[in-house]
Amino acid sequence: MNDILRVVHELGGGLFGFVWPGVWTVVKIAILLGIVMFCVTYLTLAERKIIGWMQIRMGPNRVGPLGLLQPLADAVKLFFKETLIPSKSEKLVFILAPALTFIPALLGWAVIPFSPELVLADINVGVLYVLAISSMGAYGILMSGWASNARYSFLGSVRSASQMISYEVSMGFTIIPVVMLAGSLNLKEIVLSQTDLWNVVPLFPMFFIYFISVVAETNRAPFDLPEAESELVSGFNTEYSAMTFGMFFMGEYANMILVSTMGSILFLGGWLPPLPFLSFIPGIFWLALKTGFLLFVFLWIRATFPRYRYDQLMRLGWKVFLPFSLLWIFLTGAALHLLGKA
Amino acid sequence: MSQSTVKDLIASFTLKELFAGLGVTLKYLFKPKITIRYPEERTPLSPRFRGEHALRRYDNGQERCIACKLCEAVCPAQAIFIEIDPKSQGQQRKTKVYDIDNSKCIFCGFCQEACPVDAIVMSQNFEFYAETREGLLSDKARLLGNGDKWKSQLDANLAADAKYR
Amino acid sequence: MMASVASLVQSFAFYLFAGMAVLGAVLVVAARNPVHSVLSLVLTFFSTAGLFVLLGAEFMAAVLVMVYMGAVAMLFLFVVMLLDVDFDTLRQGAADHLPMGLAVGFAILVELVVIMAGIHPGEGAAHAAAVPVSNTMAIGKVLYTQYLYPFEAASLILLVAMIGAIGLTQRVRRDIRRQKVCEQIARRRDEAVELKEVAPGQGA
Repeated sequence: MNDILRVVHELGGGLFGFVWPGVWTVVKIAILLGIVMFCVTYLTLAERKIIGWMQIRMGPNRVGPLGLLQPLADAVKLFFKETLIPSKSEKLVFILAPALTFIPALLGWAVIPFSPELVLADINVGVLYVLAISSMGAYGILMSGWASNARYSFLGSVRSASQMISYEVSMGFTIIPVVMLAGSLNLKEIVLSQTDLWNVVPLFPMFFIYFISVVAETNRAPFDLPEAESELVSGFNTEYSAMTFGMFFMGEYANMILVSTMGSILFLGGWLPPLPFLSFIPGIFWLALKTGFLLFVFLWIRATFPRYRYDQLMRLGWKVFLPFSLLWIFLTGAALHLLGKA
Repeated sequence: MSQSTVKDLIASFTLKELFAGLGVTLKYLFKPKITIRYPEERTPLSPRFRGEHALRRYDNGQERCIACKLCEAVCPAQAIFIEIDPKSQGQQRKTKVYDIDNSKCIFCGFCQEACPVDAIVMSQNFEFYAETREGLLSDKARLLGNGDKWKSQLDANLAADAKYR
Repeated sequence: MMASVASLVQSFAFYLFAGMAVLGAVLVVAARNPVHSVLSLVLTFFSTAGLFVLLGAEFMAAVLVMVYMGAVAMLFLFVVMLLDVDFDTLRQGAADHLPMGLAVGFAILVELVVIMAGIHPGEGAAHAAAVPVSNTMAIGKVLYTQYLYPFEAASLILLVAMIGAIGLTQRVRRDIRRQKVCEQIARRRDEAVELKEVAPGQGA
């Protein structure tokens, strides 16, 4: 691996001269985005397959062997459909909104450490960066609902924005104990602090609250009230078609993968193997396995639970999760103090 | 605080009911799937299945239909049109025109039940389509052709259903 | 060579973010549609966060994005979207207020100049370089040691303001029946359902 990298560096340095470091960064970003987009497309297939299986159906199985080319067919369909822009809409904001939902979902990947060496930007405030980026996602949805100039869209986007703000708070509070244990906001150090014991063991209620919060944060079932097809005819994206819709769609799935990866980094030990003697398997495999499991749980709960009512959702976020996670922060601090670690 | 309240509290904090629900869906994940992959796999059809119409003949090749027009009379959608062949008389009475408009037909099977000689029957073919309106109109030749084509199947169906009539 | 490229990129990024911040700020005032104003404000916040990153203050940048973009501007946007105010009529007296606005703007400018004149750029950078900890830790250390009392006082004031806001806006309605979630969850089958054996023909 290192030999290949050295050869690439020499070749690139010869070809591009002094701009090579910049070009190399672009190449790394492109590779990362390529992998993320691949995962996004196949997550859509996995969702349809797994939910199908749970409903003793088969899921898509026509396009290609076992339906494996289905995402390709979906992409082609979305690309060739007509992009409708309602005549009474606010054109610029209408077009900007899907991009603003999609881009933050990709920006977050910059700080995710895939293994001790494999990280695009190893910044000191990785956790805060991801939280900040994910708070930007709400803008796209709020803008889309307002720009569509339609009642259902607006209702959906208002719901979505208030839901995302509310659950960001409890999500942030569940991360604080993790940061307290690690003593750092750097994602790499958070993983390394879990070498002896994964955070999910001492902080298991926080892990549950984190997971439920991110389900709400990404607007997934059973908290998919913003799109609630039975009452809001798919909410904020009612007026969107073709690739503008596709960007909302991909943004949602990219967000799902991002928060699952964050969950495995914060609570499930990131790239660390479950048992020390398994460390001969590369760390990225373990991270992928844990992320995949969390994504499976995403789909699993979608196949299981009916949708929440809106006031219940707000009650859960503000009156249950928030006090409980505050209490747990206090307990974590007290425990750290008593154990003499802080 | 009574014992049941404590039990409820524990149940709600351990998300007991949610996990029970997840258990059900997880169990179903591994169950054999009931999907029938249609063009390759088919569900069995009942002998009473009501598909495309067919006109039957006797074994000697003579048409069964005696142009009694009972089917035309009973048809609730008025999809059947019959004209008697004026040249045929008595035992030999036949139809000259026997049209079924499949775009009107509701596949209720009344014609089949009204027929005193089991001439008009409904086959098990449900995979017929047309790209034009005319393609949905069956004339006598097509109906007789259907009867000839699926003769053994139609006979078997009638025999299987005979004891219930 | 490498260093010059890096500084080139850095100054490019600076002018990009600074330009966007100024553009956003101008649009906040100039936009006819209030929603566009708020969105421009968001652009300004984001560009400012970019400038913080360039200064090496990534903690400040992240907090700026989280607090101002994630919460404050979001609430502005909510209010502006939900209010049906005809902003053209509001704008009609704008020319009358222009002298006052200019005066306030000029006062702020003078204050900024005075403050900027008191700062000597070299000192701060040298001081920051001397401390080997990350700026997140440096901020934390300063906040919880040197400025502990002002910090706690500020948070207390904010708490009071929050409770005050809730108290002022809360409307207790006694004419409606409210949902009692705990009672609903605690309800058991044998408390709620009674099975009656009804003989045939005896039902009402």
